[in-house]
Amino acid sequence: MILAKTGNEAIAYAMKQINPDVVAAYPITPSTEIVQIFSSYVADGLVDTEFVAVESEHSAMSACIAAAASGARAMTATSSQGLALMHEMLFIASGLRLPIVLCLVNRSLSSPLNIHCDHTDSIASRDSGWIQIFCEDAQEAYDTTICAVRIAEKTFLPVMVTIDGFIISHCMQKIEVLSDEAVKSFIGEYKPNYNLLDVDNPITLGPACLPDSFFEHKRAQAEGMNQALTHIEDVFKEYKEKFNRKLSILEEYQTNDAEVAILCMGSTAGTAKVAVNNLRNRGYQVGLFKLRVFRPIVAKYLQKALKNIKILGILERMEGLSAFGGPLFNEVRSVLYDEPERLITISYVYGLGGREITPEEIEQVFLELLSLKNKRKKDIEKFRYINVR
Amino acid sequence: MDLLKEEELFSSGHRACAGCGEVLAVRQVLLASKKPIACAMPTGCLEIVSTIFPHTAWQVPMFHSAFENAAATISGMEAAYRILLKKGKINKKIYFIAFGGDGGTYDIGFQALSGAIERRHSFLYVCTDNEAYMNTGIQRSSATPQFAHTTTSPKGEVLPGKLQPRKDIMEIIIAHEVPYAAQTTVAFFQDLVKKVEKAQSYDGPTFINILVPCPLGWAHSPSLTIEVSRLAVETNFWPLYEYEKGVYRLTYQPSQVKPITEWLKLQGRFAHLFEEKNKHLLEEFQKYVDEKYQKLLKKCELSEK
Repeated sequence: MILAKTGNEAIAYAMKQINPDVVAAYPITPSTEIVQIFSSYVADGLVDTEFVAVESEHSAMSACIAAAASGARAMTATSSQGLALMHEMLFIASGLRLPIVLCLVNRSLSSPLNIHCDHTDSIASRDSGWIQIFCEDAQEAYDTTICAVRIAEKTFLPVMVTIDGFIISHCMQKIEVLSDEAVKSFIGEYKPNYNLLDVDNPITLGPACLPDSFFEHKRAQAEGMNQALTHIEDVFKEYKEKFNRKLSILEEYQTNDAEVAILCMGSTAGTAKVAVNNLRNRGYQVGLFKLRVFRPIVAKYLQKALKNIKILGILERMEGLSAFGGPLFNEVRSVLYDEPERLITISYVYGLGGREITPEEIEQVFLELLSLKNKRKKDIEKFRYINVR
Repeated sequence: MDLLKEEELFSSGHRACAGCGEVLAVRQVLLASKKPIACAMPTGCLEIVSTIFPHTAWQVPMFHSAFENAAATISGMEAAYRILLKKGKINKKIYFIAFGGDGGTYDIGFQALSGAIERRHSFLYVCTDNEAYMNTGIQRSSATPQFAHTTTSPKGEVLPGKLQPRKDIMEIIIAHEVPYAAQTTVAFFQDLVKKVEKAQSYDGPTFINILVPCPLGWAHSPSLTIEVSRLAVETNFWPLYEYEKGVYRLTYQPSQVKPITEWLKLQGRFAHLFEEKNKHLLEEFQKYVDEKYQKLLKKCELSEK
């Protein structure tokens, strides 16, 4: 079935079909609509979900954690400051290995206050032990949200599915949705090994761990993340087989013969595809990498895909404030460190606080990269910005 | 109810200090509670003394996740319970109890508690109130009485301990229009047991504030826990009362009210009040206790009319 949906509507629709046991959420721009639409599903009896309209995002994540630990499938949605307020609980969700799915509508973090898109919120939570999957558009968000339930429950890791605030969350597009039955059968039942409400077999969850055991818990959790990519691959593969819709881990666009490429996440990939097409029409062999899975770091994908690239512009929608580029730049660069032919990597910070990025600006980046391709690495300024005064 | 015949749900062998009032309260609540129970608690003394991995003192499900969220946690558990009951995955009534100290209840967990009560989740919230942050080393909370010495409201050359009177959490909880809220303490275990039973006769959110002496933080002998608890009541510092569907009721009245100094003098945290220069503070303390008690009596009289 084809429907016209904004990004927020597409996610809410996916949540309706997932029909989670518990949704605990709090309003925040630009993710509010997801919760609003979902509450109307609750009000109309279209879902069985217990909707807990909590008094803060901290409580939203706390309640999701408690619900998941109690044997319920739990989901929430938030943005920006809301995710920042959850920060403490993000680590607890992953440390307790609870398969919660959080739909994040990316928005910048204060200060200054700004309600528009950049990726500072999710990337600031990169070390919290959550799988993070970025989506280019509403269709990808819909499909990924459904897959996220399976991924979370296979890996025992919480999953964050992200869309760009306003750019995707509030823009309408055609999406193809599955039937309710198809989603229901794809995600199956949530059957955790232990749960708090099994009162005949009482468990204590969340005990203090001293130096004699804490490390082993963390090591086991790290192993969970080490194994996560295989599970993501499996779920995406199964989704493709069942519904003929391809979800990528690292999407490549016109990269076969390219020596010059850019890498980005989220909606900018759509804009960059236009730039690639325009330049290809003019005879330039340029390509695009759209990174979908930010956590875990998909090292083997990046190493393989970037093998023949000579120079890579890494478009980063956040300012790392590190004096050495943002996390995306540093991580992609680090992944390539052991490669025999190490390519040139350049950081382009763009689009902060919702500043638009145009195909023309991305074309300029490509042309700049082309002009730098044969320069000595040391002579190249690595830290660049797009369209900032 | 014959509590001696009830199964102990909080095991011995936990790591609480000798004379700890908090674990007494927990044990009594669990004995008195309807069964089965599922519990939550915030980070604090109780969590540390009862759940160091791989050990646990809890014979009932217990969940701890963070400091400020015991009420949000019990909300999530109770929401999960409702849907799993509806789906037939659970087939029995479960009683939910959250245990929070005064820090996790009056202060950092206050917002979550207010939210959970407003949403009318079905749970009993038990505040084990020892009037300071004991787990981190006796820092003042908004439950710390005026003039008490704590490590962040120390008595000094110019300051006599904490400057402000304690927060009246009972009135704030009652303002949420809960069906039942009560105040008790460990020395009056029959009172405590009755209040747990009464609280659990209501489906909505209910609240019991239990004064639990802390020998370490209050600086009294561990052998005096029950005595200190009893004197808090006999001096009218901690009147035993309940609020039930709009009615305030005293559940115990001392036959002869003792002066507040009887309670204060057992505790090192108030020792400085007995210095000559601080005599006026003792008078002030007595005045505060008397006025507060009179106000409570008024509420009882008014609501009985």
